[in-house]
Amino acid sequence: MNKISPSIDDALAGIEDGMAVMIGGFGGAGAPIELIHALVDIYKKTGSPGSLTVINNNAGNGAVGIAAMIYAGMVAKMVCSFPRSSDPKAFTDKYLAGEIGLELVPQGTLAERIRAGGAGIPAFYTPSSFGTDVAEGKPVAEFEGRSYVQERWLKADVALIKAELADRKGNLTYRKAARNFSPLMAMAAKTTIVQASRIVEPGEIDPEHIVTPGIFVNRVVEVANPQQEEAMLREGAN
Amino acid sequence: MTTKLSNAQIAWRAAQDLPDGAYVNLGIGFPEMIAKFKPKGREVIYHTENGVLDFGEAPPAGQEDWDLINAGKKAITLNDGASFFHHADSFAMVRGGHLDVAVLGAYEISENGDLANWSTGPGSVPAVGGAMDLVHGAKQVWVVTDHVTKKGAPKLLKQCRLPLTGVACVTTVYTSLAVVDIRDGCFVLREKLPGMSLDELQALTEADLSVEGTVKDLVVPEV
Repeated sequence: MNKISPSIDDALAGIEDGMAVMIGGFGGAGAPIELIHALVDIYKKTGSPGSLTVINNNAGNGAVGIAAMIYAGMVAKMVCSFPRSSDPKAFTDKYLAGEIGLELVPQGTLAERIRAGGAGIPAFYTPSSFGTDVAEGKPVAEFEGRSYVQERWLKADVALIKAELADRKGNLTYRKAARNFSPLMAMAAKTTIVQASRIVEPGEIDPEHIVTPGIFVNRVVEVANPQQEEAMLREGAN
Repeated sequence: MTTKLSNAQIAWRAAQDLPDGAYVNLGIGFPEMIAKFKPKGREVIYHTENGVLDFGEAPPAGQEDWDLINAGKKAITLNDGASFFHHADSFAMVRGGHLDVAVLGAYEISENGDLANWSTGPGSVPAVGGAMDLVHGAKQVWVVTDHVTKKGAPKLLKQCRLPLTGVACVTTVYTSLAVVDIRDGCFVLREKLPGMSLDELQALTEADLSVEGTVKDLVVPEV
């Protein structure tokens, strides 16, 4: 078994128009910048993959990462909890012009829907959003005297993930708060594509420390010294 | 004489009620100020939605690690005993009743504890973040807010007019004029500024303020 791809472009092969793509990260922490930017380059060269549904907590900041995908015109819809940032222009302009869709999901519900998608649970009940506009049209049920809203699993064709360590079997660790949604997304996508800052031999990561077991991972590409989205923005990237 | 508390003073007052040994989530912005005023000798462990428990103060400028941030995307540091976890575990801590206190800001609060704090209505880009989760599950849900809007209209209402964040979820409101608990669908006045009469406070509050026993003076130092 060897899940290591020889290049980023090899790792990204097979992403098609109209697919649902989960992208790890919360703000800049955990954003797989090299995978995203390579995908933007592929789109600019070939016109595909476009019309993507992108699932992330946010909807891009500045002009890098997911914002670069939006500016390139390859995103049809965002599924997120917080489409605002220090510079949300990429998303905001298209949203207000009616050129990009938005499914707004409370953050904890977004996480649990993704977890459920990866765990084979088609629906669950949560107290979050009961009695609010976000719950409109969703089934409600009472448990032990309280009302809960039914939410459905969320799955994707592809997940793009940034990890710290990986091995050829796909086992992963993350770096600090860059973990966030990534372990959930790795479970919920048909094809999970990982950029890792360092690839090590199987056995080098203590089994007690593996956060995402390799069964959830399909492809790994090494990106040493990866860019960090927040650091890029603070250095004036555009 | 103080005519109303500053945001820092409201944060100071709320901080005095943090229980020793509590797990606490402070919302982005105004509620974050509470950490600064935690009484000495009490240990409080802070949770942030993006997967960190037991974080400390901001690092000095230039020493930020942007993979180590809070839900407000601000750089943080770790205390000894801190932990990382993914988002589903993070919100299990929230909804599962494991947090002792969650503190949020507010546009409006109703007397039965409804909170509106995420949307000012149509015309802008809606963004909810973790607010709809945070209002459910914590043993106490506090709000810190000015008592009235910038235009002087009451924020403590019979019913919220703006889109709701959660229904019957707020337990205590710390305002620029008073401390108000919510019990059995009523605003119960716990403390008010000593320079203000009950009638004056009621005039700035849409819903009825009820009084159980004595109302204490809300006394806060300059901070």
